[in-house]
Amino acid sequence: MSSAHTKTEHGHTDHNYLNHGSGIWSWMTTLDHKRIGLMYFATVSTLFLIGGFFALGIRLHLAKFGAEPLLDPDTYNKFMTFHGAIMVFMVIIPGIPAFLGNFVLPIQLGAKDVAFPRLNLASYYIFIAGAAIAASSMVFNQVDTGWTFYTPYSTAKTSNGVILLVLGAFTMGFSSILTGLNFIVTTHKLRAPGMTMDRIPLMIWALYSTSIIQILATPILAITLLLIGAEKTLGVGIFDPDLGGDPVLFQHFFWFYSHPAVYIMILPAMGVISELITAFSKKTIFGYRAIAYSSVAIAAVSFLVWGHHMFVSGQSTLAGIVFSIITMFVGVPTAIKLFNWISTMYRGTVTFEAPMLFALGFMFLFTIGGLTGVFLASTGMDVHFHDTYFVVAHFHYVMVGGTLMALMGGIFYWFPKMFGRMTSDLGGRISWVLIFTGFNVTFFPQFVLGAMGMPRRYFDYLPEYTNLNQISTVGSWLIGLGFLVGLITIIHGIFKGEKASDNPWGAKTLEWQTSSPPPHENFINTPTVTAGPYDFR
Amino acid sequence: MTSVSSSSEFQHQHHFKSAEHQYASSKQGIWLFLCTEILMFGGLFVGYLIYHSLYPTVFKNGSETLDWKMGAVNTVVLLVSSFTMAAAINYVQRGLHKIAAIMLALTIACAGAFMVIKYFEYSHKFHVGTVPGKFSLVDPTCGAGGKRAECESKISALLKNPAELEKNHVNAEEVARLKAVISQPKWEMFYGFYFVMTGLHGIHVVAGALLIFWIFIKTLRRKVGPEYYTPVEGVGLFWHVVDLVWIYLFPLLYLVG
Repeated sequence: MSSAHTKTEHGHTDHNYLNHGSGIWSWMTTLDHKRIGLMYFATVSTLFLIGGFFALGIRLHLAKFGAEPLLDPDTYNKFMTFHGAIMVFMVIIPGIPAFLGNFVLPIQLGAKDVAFPRLNLASYYIFIAGAAIAASSMVFNQVDTGWTFYTPYSTAKTSNGVILLVLGAFTMGFSSILTGLNFIVTTHKLRAPGMTMDRIPLMIWALYSTSIIQILATPILAITLLLIGAEKTLGVGIFDPDLGGDPVLFQHFFWFYSHPAVYIMILPAMGVISELITAFSKKTIFGYRAIAYSSVAIAAVSFLVWGHHMFVSGQSTLAGIVFSIITMFVGVPTAIKLFNWISTMYRGTVTFEAPMLFALGFMFLFTIGGLTGVFLASTGMDVHFHDTYFVVAHFHYVMVGGTLMALMGGIFYWFPKMFGRMTSDLGGRISWVLIFTGFNVTFFPQFVLGAMGMPRRYFDYLPEYTNLNQISTVGSWLIGLGFLVGLITIIHGIFKGEKASDNPWGAKTLEWQTSSPPPHENFINTPTVTAGPYDFR
Repeated sequence: MTSVSSSSEFQHQHHFKSAEHQYASSKQGIWLFLCTEILMFGGLFVGYLIYHSLYPTVFKNGSETLDWKMGAVNTVVLLVSSFTMAAAINYVQRGLHKIAAIMLALTIACAGAFMVIKYFEYSHKFHVGTVPGKFSLVDPTCGAGGKRAECESKISALLKNPAELEKNHVNAEEVARLKAVISQPKWEMFYGFYFVMTGLHGIHVVAGALLIFWIFIKTLRRKVGPEYYTPVEGVGLFWHVVDLVWIYLFPLLYLVG
């Protein structure tokens, strides 16, 4: 560090992590967690646009505005597969932990970097390699299995493109494991003096719980994907009934990862929301411990509920009942969080800047998603709703309404810290209105469609579903427009935004105690922590 | 540390308080990674357990066609390599670079020996035709989309041809076992597991050997020593896990049946 900084205001011509080295090469080889976080930001945003393109294609096709269908069935299946695979494996899973987590976690802990900076950069490149391998399947041999690669279709019937997509997902899983490992060690070993485990911000508790899931669940996905590869290339027969295998075993293996993966997506989002709610209520969070431990509880329960994806797969009634009960149990820690956020806002000084709007949007949409999850967890109702648009609406409310709302909120909240500039609050609000409205217009009709019996994944539908499908498609354009406005607001903010002060929101966690943008090693002097993370009043 | 000085220059990275702090962090990271390795093999073990209970005769017959003597030799080879690896860590910690390098070289030699023995086992399987699903069915007599019964004729044909049996080192005892194997439907299932499990383990042996080679070079260049031996210990732990996985694979595949 060249000059001596005082801890108060300093100008933005100062030395910071953005101008610590210059040129593209200094970014490509950086070991700074903040820069790696921003590299994830750029990558994930690009992939999000591609995944969104496929989504709009699907919706436009299903609106049936023209006499001729927009896509032929085969192309439709491929659109659906790439939309799902890109959004799940490349956007929502890495979105918050790898991008916001990487940027925020070490600063919130008062650390100079993550425990293994080189491993962190390696994780990024492994992710890029995985995404490239998966994307190559779009060029060489397109996949039409859906992102779940269900056997025996994926192993015995369809093209060999599955191998590429599966190998890409395997590689990205490796990246996910390494990031999780890095976060766990960082949280254990690199906390600033005085930062005891009951003083770490709730974002960290969420990321910590997420990392545990990443470490424990991803290896099972890895072996499952390797087995699909082995089935395709060697015909080992573990999932192929023709050779004696059991396709339902694949579902068990797959959901043993992929259900916990749902919490890899949503737990970090809940961490973001905890930060936003307290910062914009100017009030100490209500029930710090309850929120912290409920993250760990969700992580723990997440491993015991995979069977609810298989109620109609022929598993025993007893297994169905047990999985049903445990699944509903997830509602308990989730509701604990929600009630604590509401209690935090109660009698707080609540202001409604863009990040807070996204936080409230999260709470609204996630609640609908969560409550409809209870319907699906009930075995009797699930038989009716299974594989209908009700499920599609449910998981979009949870994953998109939850995770993407939190991601947008997190971006607008930490943006001043990342770039030392403010985004236009009006731009953020317009983006929120469009996304929030569009989201409900898109997915609420799908609950109705599902209850009416429209099956998911289908290329075509009965005439009575037409109106609701068209409403849904119009909603999808609003969402697209909303994200476009958000993107413009962010790009405008990077180049033309007002200069931000060190702590524009008046938040209390450690990242706001350093300059905006932070210096290369986060703090000029390692901070000493003497109180909890949300010491408002 | 009880020991002699070493020429290795070591400073801890900027974000750690001290070398001990960095060492403790690295160790935690390595252990977490090893957990994921165990869990990945765990998926295969679960699958093995399920199919073993579904097709006990297939697994029994399949197991009997494996050469337990070769498996046993390989177990001993890996156990010895674990010992030499542990010794190497100890010597590096004490600054005895020369003998540490010898121990590491021995460990790599053991890994090589393991793979050579594995090569003999695999190539014999390829010759007689006890290979996983798809390839066991590949046979000129099958034609495109041929029937299973005909496709199994590759092994049947071998069993009828004394010259081929002689050439492929198949003795009377093995003939009896192979007959028992193909008498059961779904017999390829066992070989599916055998090749996936030992194959994945084999990849780990090769990766481990490459990592040990990296440590070997570091030791020769005295980049590790009493003050800094984290990579040696980390690679050592990885190697022990590779050994440990084999210690479970060997009885499960070769002996239990």
